[in-house]
Amino acid sequence: MADRERRTVFVTVGTTCFDALVMAVDSPEVKKALLQKGYTDLLIQMGRGTYVPSKVSGDASLQVDHFTFSPSIAENMRTASLVISHAGSGSIFETLRLGKPLIVVVNEDLMDNHQSELAEELAERKHLLCARPQTLGETIRAMDLGTLIPYVPGDAKTVVTLINKFLGFPDD
Amino acid sequence: MGHDDLAAACYALPVLVALFTVRFFYVLWRSGQPSSRPQAAGLRCLIVLGSGGHTAEMMNIVTTLQKDRFTPRYYVAALTDNMSLQKAQVYEESLIQSGEKKTVENAHFMQIYRSREVGQSYITSIATTLLATLHAMWLVIRIRPQVIFCNGPGTCFPLCVSAFLLKVFGLGWSSIFYIESIARVKKLSLSGLLLYKLRIADQFFVQWPQLQQKYPRACYAGRLM
Repeated sequence: MADRERRTVFVTVGTTCFDALVMAVDSPEVKKALLQKGYTDLLIQMGRGTYVPSKVSGDASLQVDHFTFSPSIAENMRTASLVISHAGSGSIFETLRLGKPLIVVVNEDLMDNHQSELAEELAERKHLLCARPQTLGETIRAMDLGTLIPYVPGDAKTVVTLINKFLGFPDD
Repeated sequence: MGHDDLAAACYALPVLVALFTVRFFYVLWRSGQPSSRPQAAGLRCLIVLGSGGHTAEMMNIVTTLQKDRFTPRYYVAALTDNMSLQKAQVYEESLIQSGEKKTVENAHFMQIYRSREVGQSYITSIATTLLATLHAMWLVIRIRPQVIFCNGPGTCFPLCVSAFLLKVFGLGWSSIFYIESIARVKKLSLSGLLLYKLRIADQFFVQWPQLQQKYPRACYAGRLM
């Protein structure tokens, strides 16, 4: 029984408060969808949120665990088979760099909601999937991770070259 | 005698205003012009760390910079942000350990009042921006940066305005580089928009081509992340 392969879904809200996402992943609909996709564990990093999801263990159903903050979120991401994240650019690029499949859930309660721009653009380029709390279950049921395209990280070389040129430094 | 003073002031004032206006537009024009002389010595840098994702992007630039050209480095972060300076400190210490000498004297870390917290209303922002601007002016006068790197959010705007005023008053020249955050795909951030429209930034970078099309004076040079 113990050697059944674990496939963990890691949910992260970063340093924000995003109860709508925690509630959505705690719903029977989303849990059932994850189980049907073959995931065995659900680990929720709930940040500053106040909604506490139920802890569940047992073999027949999805095992659910949660915590607020941890210095080892990078490790949680590395061991995950799927990451469900808030739309902060830090979490998004950390997950993409690790090459993990990612569903970004946009927080619609934020006042200045420019964050959805990045998630939607990257979803259009097929680097990740983008959902709202209420469409998460549907997104999971319909997802085909084979269609995702790995993200090639950028760097600052071109910007720094242009800055050097502007300031009058010789070319390297 | 009082009459003479008044007359003198009446003549002097318009002349001063005219001189100031000419100087102002000269600085506005000169900013944005690349250096015509080759640069050899190290330049004093002000690096504004904006917290969270902004800091991560800025540190990507800092790690790519030639350390002998961009030195000394003054890192500034908001008073409420205790993670950013720590990240910069860890990086600067790693430079010392990797054998690049003297970096310890070449890196400085400072904090600044923040002009606007995430979610703060625009009305109370006016008062906090004023306080932040006075503090920013004090920092810029003390540091006298020759190069400024910033990428938002609010913290960088008062610093850039102060540096621009320093240029107008002839107290020091700095080149200001603004690199809009990767999170901005369709629209500039408030700080970005202000620095772009007021032409305070010498060079303005965006990380998405569709944003460059909307703001033609901006420069698209790929993504930092």
